[in-house]
Amino acid sequence: MVTVLTDARRIAEQVPDPELPMLTLADLGVLRDVTVAADGTVVAALTPTYSGCPAMPEMRAGVAARLKDAGYERVEVRTVLDPPWTTDWITPEGRRKLAEHGIAPPGPAPRPSPGPVPLSLSATHRAVSCPRCGATDTEETSRFGATSCKALWRCRACQEPFEYVKEI
Amino acid sequence: MSDDHVYMTLAEGHEDDARWAYGTGFEDPLHGVSSAVPDGVDRAELAALCLVLADDALVGAQRLAEWTTRAPELEEEVALANIGLDLLGQARLLYARCGQVDGTERGEDAYAYFRDADDFRNVRLAELPNGDFAFTIARLLVFASWRLAHFERLTASADPVLAAIAAKGVKELTYHRQYAAEWVVRLGDGTAESHRRMRAGLDDVAAHLGELFEAHDARTEVLAVLRQVTTAAGLPLPDVPPQTAGSGREGNHTEHLAPLLTELQSVARAHPEATW
Repeated sequence: MVTVLTDARRIAEQVPDPELPMLTLADLGVLRDVTVAADGTVVAALTPTYSGCPAMPEMRAGVAARLKDAGYERVEVRTVLDPPWTTDWITPEGRRKLAEHGIAPPGPAPRPSPGPVPLSLSATHRAVSCPRCGATDTEETSRFGATSCKALWRCRACQEPFEYVKEI
Repeated sequence: MSDDHVYMTLAEGHEDDARWAYGTGFEDPLHGVSSAVPDGVDRAELAALCLVLADDALVGAQRLAEWTTRAPELEEEVALANIGLDLLGQARLLYARCGQVDGTERGEDAYAYFRDADDFRNVRLAELPNGDFAFTIARLLVFASWRLAHFERLTASADPVLAAIAAKGVKELTYHRQYAAEWVVRLGDGTAESHRRMRAGLDDVAAHLGELFEAHDARTEVLAVLRQVTTAAGLPLPDVPPQTAGSGREGNHTEHLAPLLTELQSVARAHPEATW
């Protein structure tokens, strides 16, 4: 049983994320648990990044398909909503892979604070290193990008635009 | 490597997981989440609460989606569409929870596509036409602040599913509020024309604050945000009328909701049993 669990977990952990395919679901921190029920059913628990993340069905199908291809007959993929996903769960390995692919990894997630709304209109954000040249002279060009989890930035040193996984 | 895998996942049949395109009828957003309702929680009240919160989000998301191809800049179009997508996600989770607890076992589509305007319980503010960019931003600031205050309270809900949906939504709404607040400052503190329009947008939105506070009393939180942001923007704090003409929470909608729903529901109603 222990071997089955280890194998099943390893397989589920290797499933790539549909929107950031350089990351596995384990790198992204959305694979919350893999267990084997008494009847042998492999139960994998996934959590969405954002409420409206359109990739959830793909993630679920990917995990189920990989496990079934590996010979596990009974597979169940469950959604877990609590606690909510945070970019702090992206592993160090995941952060390394993001940077390697030209995407700046997120900083620490902001703690909820009841204070005033942060109003940062100029390029005075925290330093985000350019994933291409490493310079910290960078600026945000758009807080929203091609997917919910990314913002658009630009490096003022090498002039290259890059994506940034925004902390949440 | 993985790009192929995604395609294969979509294209290949894996028993009951077989799918080949996006559409309705695919999945339950609460798939695998326990549908149990804790003892002591009134099912009818919980269902009604999930429904109104979902209706606000669905109608709000539809209005934001209308900015696609019409926003002043591509970046803002992407931003508004992303914010709408978050709200749509919240609506889907809330409709799914409603279907679990109201005894009907209905799926999300039944609520979104097969109810008429009279059955919707969203606040009127959510259904008003987009107006200009300043009105949309003013509405987003007020709506996000008001919904955020409500969701923060709901993270302590006795229903664990609603509490989890709220905890997730809090992060998103915080982000939406910040986006809107920064635009209010840019426009209010910008040119004479942008100042004039931002002021008009806030006045138009403020006329609906009575309805919002009656639906959920977040007066303290919303007014604190408005005070902070208008001060930073060099704008006067808009007047808050004590009461509005009617409440969407009671099904009293403006003439703008029905056309919105007609468009939203047209495909699903033309092909009522279709799955993709």
